[in-house]
Amino acid sequence: MEVSIEHQGEATIVLPIGDVDLSNSRDLQNHLRQEMSRKPGLLVVDLEKVSYMDSSGVATLVEAMQIARKQATRLVLCELNDKVRAIFEIARLDRVFTIVGSRSDALAA
Amino acid sequence: MTTTPQNNTSLGPPHVRIEMLSQPRYLSGARELVSAVARRFGFDDGACGQIALAVDEALCNVIRHAYGQEADQPIWISIWPWDGDEQAAFEKNPPACDPHGIRIDIEDQGPHVNPETIRGRDLSDIRPGGLGVYIIRQVMDNVVYEQRPEGGMRLILTKLNGTPSNT
Repeated sequence: MEVSIEHQGEATIVLPIGDVDLSNSRDLQNHLRQEMSRKPGLLVVDLEKVSYMDSSGVATLVEAMQIARKQATRLVLCELNDKVRAIFEIARLDRVFTIVGSRSDALAA
Repeated sequence: MTTTPQNNTSLGPPHVRIEMLSQPRYLSGARELVSAVARRFGFDDGACGQIALAVDEALCNVIRHAYGQEADQPIWISIWPWDGDEQAAFEKNPPACDPHGIRIDIEDQGPHVNPETIRGRDLSDIRPGGLGVYIIRQVMDNVVYEQRPEGGMRLILTKLNGTPSNT
């Protein structure tokens, strides 16, 4: 898995590329912690290029959400495919995260 | 000493069995295998993905908790077609196609754990980690943990075709 980072104004966009599972979720966690440490106003995690995510990947996003709440960063997830959305629904985290369809929706959130 | 699983069910030998090392890099291969076999048993794409997710979560738990991230320990995955009744062994009347479901056993040789202590956490407690067992129970019809007499644990997962996940 690779992680691409983009900055647009007050927004930071984190774009993981590939499956996110126990073999690499620590990489995503490190990128999210680093970007959160900059205290952006908005952090978008664009999951367009993530074909699969297990609970270790979800856990990294839960940690990011907890950091975001403490420092008033808005955390928004976008571009989830059906398989990735399913794990959020199974874990009932689709009601906890702000999840929108497209990146443009996320940047407007 | 490695203690390879014995054929101790009335289902006969598994239709598929693999042994893998406790390394996260092989999770994707295990997911693809399980998903492909489930598809051959008639599950649709969504169900195949969920069954593969349940197996992934179970393997992660073995790697993290049974083996403490040690990367050189064995894990066995065994798969049978499943009709919901272990007494009606498929080996005697193997279906030409379209079995009703799937049974997947995941075995390790880590420490024995009291099965009654293995449970998912309360979802109202929003925190990283601890979701694996909950996800497995939501996706599969039946989930049974038992101690292997030869050491380690066995997780038995079954799901009939056409049953929705518990979401």
